[in-house]
Amino acid sequence: MVTEITTRNNSYREAYQVLQERTAPSGASWLQRLRANAFERFEELGFPSVRDEEWKYTNVAAIAKADFQKGVYAESSSRGSGAKELASFGSPETEASQLIFVNGKLRSDLSSVSGLPAEVVALDLSQAIQDERYSEIVRTNLARHADYIANGFTALNTAFISDGAFVYIPKGVVVETPIQLLFISDGAGVNAASFPRVLLVAAENSSATLIESYVSTHDSAYFTNAVVEVALKSGARLEHYKVQRESQAAFHVATTQADLGPNSTYDSTTITFGARLSRHDFSVTMDHEGVECWVDGLYLVTDDQHTDTHSVIDHRQPHCTSHQLYKGILDGKSRAVFNGKVFVRHDAQKTDAMQTNKNLLLSNEARVDTKPQLEILADDVKCAHGAAVGQIDEDELFYLATRGIHPDLARNLLTYGFAEEVIGKIKVDSIRAQLDAAVLNRLNARLEA
Amino acid sequence: MLEIKNLHAGIDGNEILKGINLTIKKGEIHAIMGPNGSGKSTLAKVLAGHPSYEVTKGEVLFEGKNLLELAPDERAREGIFMAFQYPIEVPGVSNAQFLRLAYNEKRKHLGEEELDPLEFKDLLKERAKVVEMDASFMSRSVNEGFSGGEKKRNEILQMAVLEPKLAVLDETDSGLDIDALRIVAGGVNQLHNPENAVILVTHYQRLLDYIVPQFVHVLANGRIAKEGGKELALELEEKGYDWLKTAADTGTLGVQAS
Repeated sequence: MVTEITTRNNSYREAYQVLQERTAPSGASWLQRLRANAFERFEELGFPSVRDEEWKYTNVAAIAKADFQKGVYAESSSRGSGAKELASFGSPETEASQLIFVNGKLRSDLSSVSGLPAEVVALDLSQAIQDERYSEIVRTNLARHADYIANGFTALNTAFISDGAFVYIPKGVVVETPIQLLFISDGAGVNAASFPRVLLVAAENSSATLIESYVSTHDSAYFTNAVVEVALKSGARLEHYKVQRESQAAFHVATTQADLGPNSTYDSTTITFGARLSRHDFSVTMDHEGVECWVDGLYLVTDDQHTDTHSVIDHRQPHCTSHQLYKGILDGKSRAVFNGKVFVRHDAQKTDAMQTNKNLLLSNEARVDTKPQLEILADDVKCAHGAAVGQIDEDELFYLATRGIHPDLARNLLTYGFAEEVIGKIKVDSIRAQLDAAVLNRLNARLEA
Repeated sequence: MLEIKNLHAGIDGNEILKGINLTIKKGEIHAIMGPNGSGKSTLAKVLAGHPSYEVTKGEVLFEGKNLLELAPDERAREGIFMAFQYPIEVPGVSNAQFLRLAYNEKRKHLGEEELDPLEFKDLLKERAKVVEMDASFMSRSVNEGFSGGEKKRNEILQMAVLEPKLAVLDETDSGLDIDALRIVAGGVNQLHNPENAVILVTHYQRLLDYIVPQFVHVLANGRIAKEGGKELALELEEKGYDWLKTAADTGTLGVQAS
């Protein structure tokens, strides 16, 4: 496929060759081949263009044009922030259960997993690949869930697999402490690209909470291209929070693929506040019976931010339940795209699928393109979907006014309440409080208790 | 406290109130009764400042101030409260958050110190007794998932927290079973004192068994068709509204000029 924009693939090609050469002597041959195949695929696909139906509303030409450099500033720590500042992005609940990545590289001096049960694995992906205890699990899962054939960004990430996180919850282990993967962009003005890669495998009847966070110490442009693969085995449970608070000038592209085993439970909440342009391709596949999943999200954007969520919830087997609630709050000239596909395949009888996308427009210049899609091939199912785009309700405003609340404050209160339906389900207190504060900060409002 | 003079108001160009005159002094309880469509709910909404209603003529003075010049939130901070016939749900905002915000807005207006969440919690606990509401209601979203009776009790709780000078209760008795009616009315009676006033807007006499007004005004076709003491409500209960409607239309009652 030829893209109409000139892609600056040359700098990626150089960086790719450097990585392959550097890792060739010690690296696993399967990984060398995987990267090679993925890079070849990326060169064929290039970055998507708006002529591609799936990218119709999201123009990534700026990413292609900008000369984001992969791996340039791993060594530029001289202009980076101090350890104390970086560590402050962590959460009290995950002090001893977090991996902190700065510009894509694991900082072991800032990370600690001592608070996790000994049998739980959370370590740098490149180490896991070389560790014979985990290499087999990694090899049989990595890039087996997130398909790089169809998506240029996923292919690009796969071509650079090296740094990232491997999380493994062994059979029957229940981890009460949430595990946080914190990706910090640091060092203004270096025009960097980082490609975080996460593989989480939860074995039979295990249970865990994963927090995936993206933050920045500066306001300048950079490019994050993340791929997260989640594999839940039979009866496993995962609460998965993704909190995207990149800089307002950043580009954030991410793919999440969750493959859910028999009778597993997957509860995900995706919060999108940051980035000038963000795109999340989120795919949840239920190829086994008895699965229940939640695929919820909130995007809160303003000014000229653009956010795009493409989700696929795929019911392939009977007796699975999916719930999806995505809410959006748009101010300024911001724009949001929600494209949610729910597939109910021929064999997926007794499917229960519910999908809702609700948008609140705070300005006349904001715009939403929402497209919930339901494709049902089975005949004994319970499915519903809907989308709404609206403004603050006048009756609600009047009600608050009759209680002496100024209309500006009332608008903020109602907007906060709109966000709360999603934020309120987050069970990690400090993260929820942080997001509440961020919403209120955006609204310039003041509310406690 | 409140003086309504020759008030004309309507919605979408249709005149509903056609010259209302009413004076309310502190310490009083007034009932506004009337058949459906007589304008009694419109009167309540106009007093609260509902943006859909347009006042075309007349004036309303509240403690000497021109009420019609004030925005709804300003009226509320001046001490006017309306209990809604259909209270609005506010998802995602807890009752406690909402009430504290409203309470502090009023305190600020009065130049008083705001209460922090802990101080307010104590106050709320005390006021909630008035309508027999327990703590679990405070952490729930405002009116969300509340039964009809719970919503009405929540309205009276808001009244208890905000301590208005003038409370306008719009069909507060509608949809209430007898127990809820008893609690709601009990709340209003506890909150009424010689310094404030209450307007009860109601279709039925039933509420007036529990909250006894000194004055009853019967609206028909946008005008006050008959006025009297509490015994007037009983008369209406017996005879219905039809005789009044006819009388008002033909002008034979002659209570109301202009």
